[in-house]
Amino acid sequence: MPESQMVLEIRNLVKSYGERLILNGISLDIHEAEVLVVIGPSGCGKSTLLRCLNGLEPINSGDIYLDGGLITGPDTDWCEIRQKIGMVFQSYELFPHLTVIDNILLGPTKVQKRKRADVIPEANNWLERVGLLDRADAYPRQLSGGQKQRVAIVRALTMQPKVMLFDEVTASLDPEMVREVLDVMLELATQGLTMVIVTHEMGFARAVADKVIFMDKGVIVESAGPEEFFDHPQSERAKRFLNIFEFTGIHRVAAG
Amino acid sequence: MDTSFISQSLPLFAKATWLTLVLSFFGVVFSIVVGTFCAIINFYKIPVLRRIVYAYIEVARNTPLIVQLFFLYYALPRLGMVLDGKTCAVVGLTFLGGAYMAEAIRSGLQSVGRTQIETGMSLGFGKIKLMRYIIIPQALAVALPVISATTIFLMKETSVVSIVALHDLLYVAKDLLKEGHALQSNLMLVVCYLILILPVSLGFSYLERRSRFAGFGA
Ligand SMILES: Nc1ncnc2c1ncn2[C@@H]1O[C@H](COP(=O)(O)OP(=O)(O)OP(=O)(O)O)[C@@H](O)[C@H]1O
Ligand SMILES: [Mg+2]
Repeated sequence: MPESQMVLEIRNLVKSYGERLILNGISLDIHEAEVLVVIGPSGCGKSTLLRCLNGLEPINSGDIYLDGGLITGPDTDWCEIRQKIGMVFQSYELFPHLTVIDNILLGPTKVQKRKRADVIPEANNWLERVGLLDRADAYPRQLSGGQKQRVAIVRALTMQPKVMLFDEVTASLDPEMVREVLDVMLELATQGLTMVIVTHEMGFARAVADKVIFMDKGVIVESAGPEEFFDHPQSERAKRFLNIFEFTGIHRVAAG
Repeated sequence: MDTSFISQSLPLFAKATWLTLVLSFFGVVFSIVVGTFCAIINFYKIPVLRRIVYAYIEVARNTPLIVQLFFLYYALPRLGMVLDGKTCAVVGLTFLGGAYMAEAIRSGLQSVGRTQIETGMSLGFGKIKLMRYIIIPQALAVALPVISATTIFLMKETSVVSIVALHDLLYVAKDLLKEGHALQSNLMLVVCYLILILPVSLGFSYLERRSRFAGFGA
């Protein structure tokens, strides 16, 4: 089987905040069309890892390659690189002063200098696929959380990135809206988009992942396919973590 | 009431109103420009410049406009720089107003959340485009009430420009006062200021409602 193209390559990434070591030597490969799901307890460094990947956090040491080119060198043009690495945040962060369509068009027209008329069909196509074409002229405040998050995903996609990073994008949504956002991501996975997804939705993680990594205290503890990881976790730490999501039924004894 | 007084003095008041309007317009526009630059310097904590901005804001806000105008008109020529009255007035208003606008806009800039900025960065926006398309539009909406108050404050402050030999509204009224038309000229003065300032005030209220409707900062 021919080796598929490597999109992101992380070698020995080390990151600390002051004295505190947050990422302690992370190495990872993300291949084209691969969906990597990152899970782990709160504070283990998942968000920090994603933020290092698109240069929102400076790193202490290690190398990151995008499409084979080193992006952690001293003269990296992050504005250039970030156009190829889309990121979606937990809190959606639509620009409140712009309508849905203008939120989506801002990056492509102002950063990439593409013509508005050229981008609109693409933007509309995405909006249609996430079921929001009729809200193109709405302002963010007029949308529900789930709708805002879908727009945020479309906004990142319309930049035509090589890889998309998702940081707990359903964590601040009401339960009934979680599904609509996860469905969009599942469809993107089917389409062959390369994605790195941090999530606490275990059912979704299992369904969407090609590979799961389990992190704890700044290191990768396990790295496996989804079935293998969820059915037969190797480490004690992963087993304990997965147990948090299990509920055992309580059998009430009828009184009297 | 003596109506002939009104018809006689009307051209004088009209001219003075126009002068006040012109001075206010340039004073306010330049104040916003200066204020924006100062606010951005503060926002990005640019070394050295930041200290200069700090000193400027303190000096400008803690000295009366009349003193600043005196300096421009009477002291600067001693240093070899002669400015005419109108230029002095506009420079003085800008000096004073820039400091207030800087504070207003700075509070607007600070209201834009960290993650909004990071979102812009993650879309590939560089510092300048980030400011222009994402931060400033939101900051202005938040700062609008204070910008509006400062604009009206500056328009009222123009009433001291007669000390740099400009025939503004107050000068005209005072002149007529001396001729014994105290009541009429005072009424005219009030009416002229209202004609100038009321529309501006209403215009800002409208803008504030609009920007709230657009969901700025929400
Ligand atoms: N700017 C910062 N300065 C100092 N410490 C930070 C900063 N950001 C994060 N940390 C610390 O780094 C550690 C890792 O944070 P990170 O946000 O990456 O965790 P996470 O795995 O994403 O957790 P969660 O599941 O709660 O989102 C945490 O202990 C956090 O307190
Ligand atoms: Mg996190």
